[in-house]
Amino acid sequence: MDAIYWPSFFFLLFGLLACGFAVAVLLATNIVRMAFYLIMSLSATSGLFFLAGADFVGAMQLMIYVGGTLVLLIFGVMLTSQERFVEMKTMAGDWIFGFLAGGALLVTLCWVAFSVPAWRGIDRAAAEQLQVEPTVAPLAMGLLGARTDEGGEHGYLLFFEIVSVHLLVVLVGAAYLARAKISRGTAAERTSHVEPGAALPK
Amino acid sequence: MLQLPLAHLLNEPIGVAHFMVVGAVMFVCGALCMATKRNALGVLMGIELVLNGANINFIAFGSKYLRNDANTLGLDGQLIALFVIVLAAAEAAVALAIVLNFYNNHDSVDVDRAKQLQG
Repeated sequence: MDAIYWPSFFFLLFGLLACGFAVAVLLATNIVRMAFYLIMSLSATSGLFFLAGADFVGAMQLMIYVGGTLVLLIFGVMLTSQERFVEMKTMAGDWIFGFLAGGALLVTLCWVAFSVPAWRGIDRAAAEQLQVEPTVAPLAMGLLGARTDEGGEHGYLLFFEIVSVHLLVVLVGAAYLARAKISRGTAAERTSHVEPGAALPK
Repeated sequence: MLQLPLAHLLNEPIGVAHFMVVGAVMFVCGALCMATKRNALGVLMGIELVLNGANINFIAFGSKYLRNDANTLGLDGQLIALFVIVLAAAEAAVALAIVLNFYNNHDSVDVDRAKQLQG
């Protein structure tokens, strides 16, 4: 019995957490619990990113995904959580078809993953020699269009600019789209209600 | 045919294939969420899971610690994963705005009742 290889142990831990909470998201019927399970699953995913040597992407996963996107989703849950929407059951026929199709897809993907010998993993002796390199500076140079890492050919400056402007436009559009519904009365009726400091009419 | 090297999972270093299995489980769970949930926000959560499953594959193929040869994506994998994270944030914002608009207009988040665009 060899000694335990600790990165594999942590991979198993984070992988089981990510998969288990992903299944829990699928099986839960309460929308609030689903949001919580999704947070746990995505946090465990960032642990997997750290294990694969992608420290910056792992940190961004925690900050943007768990800290930003999921908070947005939870706001959506809170804004729409009437009694009748918190628990919504799925029909049995949907479950059966879904599990048939999903199970077939899962078996195929796993079979493909293990059918390539180069993807099975490296030798333990080679793994102990590996030196971890930081990725932040090469990633930043890649985003600015000047790759400094070996083997890197293409910079991503245009992509970076397009994604930035896209995010700005999308957020402005989302704020415009999600604003509260204005009442459909005449202009005189609308202005009569909006005295500052007055109590809102029921 | 399918040899899962489970016996040495704790003693041997893991490879790309193990990451792909985790990504596949998250992808399938997300796709099933999108197909079976009736709450529009549940569908959104399924989309997030699918994007994360894909991201795990990008990171695994870009990592040089997981395979013997040097045929990795290199930093391209991590850069694409970053773009996926940013685009997922944008997509969540727009989808949430659409859901809130639907909720304001129809007083419901049940996707089965969103039939106005049906032919």
